[in-house]
Amino acid sequence: MLLKIKDLSFFKGKKEILKDINLSVDQNTIHTIIGVNGTGKTTLASIIMGLEGYEVKKGSLIFNNEDITQLSITERAKRGITLGWQIPANFEGISIHDYLNINKNKLSPEKCLEFVGLRPQSYLNRLVNQELSGGERKKVELASILAMNPKLAVLDEPDSGIDINSLKYIKRSLTELKKRGATILIISHNEFIADFSDKISLLCGGRIVKEGKNRVVLDYFKNHCVSCDHIGIIKEEEL
Amino acid sequence: MNNYDNELQQLIDMYKEGNVKNVFGDRFANIVINGDKVIGINEIQGINIVARKIEDGVSIKINIEDNVTINNPVHLCFGMTPREGKQIIESQFVIGRNADVQFLSHCIFPNAEHIEHIMKSKVHLHQGARMQYREEHYHSESGGIFVKPELKAFLNENSSLIEEFKLLKGRAGNVDIKYSTTQNKKSNCQLLAKISGKKDDKIKINERINLNGEYASGISKSRIVLVDNAEGIINSKVIARKAYTRGHVDCEEIVGGNDVVASSIPQIKVMNPLAKVTHEASIGRIDKKKLETLMARGLEEEKAIDMIISGLMK
Ligand SMILES: Nc1ncnc2c1ncn2[C@@H]1O[C@H](COP(=O)(O)OP(=O)(O)O)[C@@H](O)[C@H]1O
Ligand SMILES: [Mg+2]
Repeated sequence: MLLKIKDLSFFKGKKEILKDINLSVDQNTIHTIIGVNGTGKTTLASIIMGLEGYEVKKGSLIFNNEDITQLSITERAKRGITLGWQIPANFEGISIHDYLNINKNKLSPEKCLEFVGLRPQSYLNRLVNQELSGGERKKVELASILAMNPKLAVLDEPDSGIDINSLKYIKRSLTELKKRGATILIISHNEFIADFSDKISLLCGGRIVKEGKNRVVLDYFKNHCVSCDHIGIIKEEEL
Repeated sequence: MNNYDNELQQLIDMYKEGNVKNVFGDRFANIVINGDKVIGINEIQGINIVARKIEDGVSIKINIEDNVTINNPVHLCFGMTPREGKQIIESQFVIGRNADVQFLSHCIFPNAEHIEHIMKSKVHLHQGARMQYREEHYHSESGGIFVKPELKAFLNENSSLIEEFKLLKGRAGNVDIKYSTTQNKKSNCQLLAKISGKKDDKIKINERINLNGEYASGISKSRIVLVDNAEGIINSKVIARKAYTRGHVDCEEIVGGNDVVASSIPQIKVMNPLAKVTHEASIGRIDKKKLETLMARGLEEEKAIDMIISGLMK
């Protein structure tokens, strides 16, 4: 097991967003988290990366048998944890080449771009700014994860904003990451990523309510979560 | 990327030592000035450069003939070797119809302890002319420099002007930028300034874009980074007088440390209902998400800040 989240509860103000989460992510697997909007998936990803405002007061994070609950973002990154943001940041004046070359000598910027389906000749000198389309920016984000050659890649909806023809590049990148020994914790609702996963956890109302092998959990989510009584936001007849 | 990096380093060394020569030879059109002395002028086909000494400086007239495209940037080298003194450059640029030219001005003051550098430029762009003016500053680390660039540009129909000011090395000292454009139909300007200040540096950016002809457009974009007790003031205004004009004011000041003083007054004025002018301004620490993104790729916080700021200043 690479990452273990133990008895994690998380509050924003008075609001309890995550409740008693226990999650084990096995070494060199693709582990998918699904759940309706607003259920706490991005919050969980932010806690694992140790972002500001997501400090853990109850529960713990164990990575590679080490308690990382109190470590800074950089310290976690140096141990091989990284995060691909759901809505990535833009940078004025930083080229895609330089963005992908932060971790020198790992996978070359050219190679990383090829994996995510962007032609290096056309993209290396472009800037990581708002002139990239949303989908292009997401591909660059995934490329930057590849560039880091991480041990644990937490990917927050890497497929959102990606056209269906490009989903194959996401799959190719995930395969490459896994081949290089990475463990992937991915937030996604895509059936084809679900099919591709080793394990799926369903997050609902801040709790993990179901876990299992690929399609089964996704089908459960599709059939039950609309009228789910964990939070019960939408009734079936209203759809 | 630049094919004159060597010359530039040579030039900085020469201004430091006082034996300034024309390092560009006849590869580029250029003029080299040290203090109030014209060291050399090189003209090429289609460009005419005249310079004469004035009190504490030099007056320059540059003409680009109609329909000429100057392929390589015209290099303007200003600066002075002594630690104290004053340099006034009064320049006039006339860019002919449909001509296309880039200027690269190197302002080099490697020994400055008490220097005043005043630039008064007048630019006249004829119909369809395109001009880029990049001003790059190399200062000493003393902060004892007062830089006062003034630009008044007149843009005729369909012409375009890109004006860029950057501090590449040393301390800003006291920078007081005043740029203004008066624009006819379908002309376009971009005024960009990127400066970082530390200790008691003072940076003032004052820009006016006057959109006086239909479909004229302009952007004023300023970036200031301040640390220690440095001060920054951005005061930029777009005035849209005619229909279909487009303008934008974009000011960003990044502050680090508790003693900086930053202010920003973006102003927009619209005198025609079919004009559209927008503005954005921000003053604050480095964006948290940008910082966290780079840290999540393994950079230490300091290194991440450096990378974000050097990008911003590029
Ligand atoms: N800074 C915050 N303050 C208060 N509530 C927040 C904050 N950030 C997120 N939330 C709330 O926490 C819940 C979970 O959000 P999030 O983790 O982004 O959901 P998901 O990624 O599953 O769509 C949502 O109800 C959201 O409104
Ligand atoms: Mg989310």
